[in-house]
Amino acid sequence: MLDEKPFETLYGDLEDAVRQLEAGDLSLEESLALFARATALAEQCSALLDRTELRVRQLLAQPNGNSAAEPFESWQNG
Amino acid sequence: MPTSSVYTVSQISAYIKSLFVSDMLLTDVWLSGEVSGFTQASSGHCYFTLKDAGAILKSVIWRTQAKGMALPRNGDAVIVHGAISVYEQGGAYQLYVDHLEPAGVGQLWLEFERLKARLEAEGLFDDERKRPIPARPVRLGVVTSPTAAALRDILRTLSHRYGLVDVILAPTPVQGDQAPPAIVAALAALNRWAAEREPLDAIILARGGGSIEELWAFNDVRVARAIAASAVPVITGVGHETDFTIADFVADLRAPTPTGAATLATPDGRELSAAVAALMARAERQLGGHLADERARVESSTLRLRRAAPAARLATNRQRVDDLSRRGALAMTGRLRQQRERLRGEGLRLTALDPSRVLARGYAIVATADGAVVHSVAQVTPGDALRVRVADGAFGANVTKDQ
Repeated sequence: MLDEKPFETLYGDLEDAVRQLEAGDLSLEESLALFARATALAEQCSALLDRTELRVRQLLAQPNGNSAAEPFESWQNG
Repeated sequence: MPTSSVYTVSQISAYIKSLFVSDMLLTDVWLSGEVSGFTQASSGHCYFTLKDAGAILKSVIWRTQAKGMALPRNGDAVIVHGAISVYEQGGAYQLYVDHLEPAGVGQLWLEFERLKARLEAEGLFDDERKRPIPARPVRLGVVTSPTAAALRDILRTLSHRYGLVDVILAPTPVQGDQAPPAIVAALAALNRWAAEREPLDAIILARGGGSIEELWAFNDVRVARAIAASAVPVITGVGHETDFTIADFVADLRAPTPTGAATLATPDGRELSAAVAALMARAERQLGGHLADERARVESSTLRLRRAAPAARLATNRQRVDDLSRRGALAMTGRLRQQRERLRGEGLRLTALDPSRVLARGYAIVATADGAVVHSVAQVTPGDALRVRVADGAFGANVTKDQ
C-alpha cells in the first residue's frame, strides 16, 4: 500500500480543488478533471473518517535508553 | 472545721462544668494532635486520647458524629474540632469531637498553595506559554496508567470521535511515590519519540478521579517542570470536574476529566464528514452550472453558425459538447450515489441531477490508481492498475496492451 496521506493534507487539497472549481476561469475540460480529483479526495477523506479502529502502540523502554513501540490492544477487552 | 458553705462533689463539679460550657474558646475549638488508645464501643461511641509531646486530652466521638466520619487510627496525626467539657461522673474534662480530618491533608493543601504561588511567580502559568492544540491531529501521545479506566475512557472517546488518529501510549503509575519520576520519564520518552521518530501533535496526561492524596503526583514540582519543558503541547485530564492540580495550571490546555481531554484533543469526525459532503455539494453545483452554461453557449453559436458553417464542422462541435456532457454526467454519477448513501441516514437530500441511469445502461467510469478519470489512451500504459465503476459497484482491472 502507498504511504497514506494524512487527513489534514487530503482535506486541504479537497478545499483547494473546490475553490479552484468555483473560481470559474476553467475550461469545461479542466472543470471535469478537477471534479474527478475532488471526488477521489472526498472518497479518501470519508474512508479515513469512517475508520473506528484506533491504532494504539505502547512505548517500551529499551536498555540503551531508546524506545520501541509495540501494538497495544488489551484496552478493547476490558 | 469549715467556716463557710460546704459543697458536695456534685455541686462543685457542676460549677466547674458551668465554667467550661460558658467559655468561648472551649466550646468551639480546633486542635491538632496524635490519636492513641482509639476504641469504638459496641454502642458506637468512640473513645481515644489526643496527645502531643507535653499533654494528653481525653476525647469522645458520639455515635451519631462517628457515623459520617472517616475514623482515625492510633498514631494518626489529626486536626479536630469540638467542645471541651466536664464528665462529672468520671471526674475528667474531655473533648467532644464533631469534626476530624487527617492533618496530612491540611499539610498537603498548604504545600499546594506554596508551590502554586512559586510557579505562578516564575511565569509557568502564563497564557503566553500556552500553545495551540492542532485541530486535526495525526498522532497523539497518552501518559497514564495502562490498567486504569481512564485509559479506556480516553481510547474509546478517541475512536468514536476521530478513529483515524494514531496513539502512542507511554504507560506510567499515576499515584504513589514512584509516580512523579515515572510521569516525568514518560513525558520525556514521548518528546524523544516525537523528535526522533514520529511527530506528535499533543500529549494527553490523565488520571481518573481519586482522593487528594491519590491525585498528589500531579501537584509535584517535577511533573510541573516536565510539562513546562515538553516540546509537544500537553493536555491534562486529571480527576473530576472540581479537581485542579498544579499540572492543570502548567498544561497548555486543561480538561476536567480524561474523557474531556480526549474530546479537546480531537475534532468531531461527524462534523468533518458533513464538511466533506458540503464541499462536494459545492463542487457538484459548480460543475452542473458549468455544463449548463457550456450547452447554452454552444446551442446559441450553433444557431448563429447554421447558415455559414459547413455541416461537418457543426457535427463535430455538437459531438464535442455531447461528449463533454456525458463525461460530466458520468463523473457526477458515482459521486452522487456515494453521497446519497452517506447522507441518507442523516436526512439530508441532494437536489442535483440523477444521471445514474447512464451507468445502468452499461457505461462505466474508468479511473487510474490515483483516482483520475481516464479519458485518453495517453493516460495509461500496459500494466497500470485501473478502477472501473459500473452501475452496481466497482472492480479493479489492468491495462494489457496499447491499441
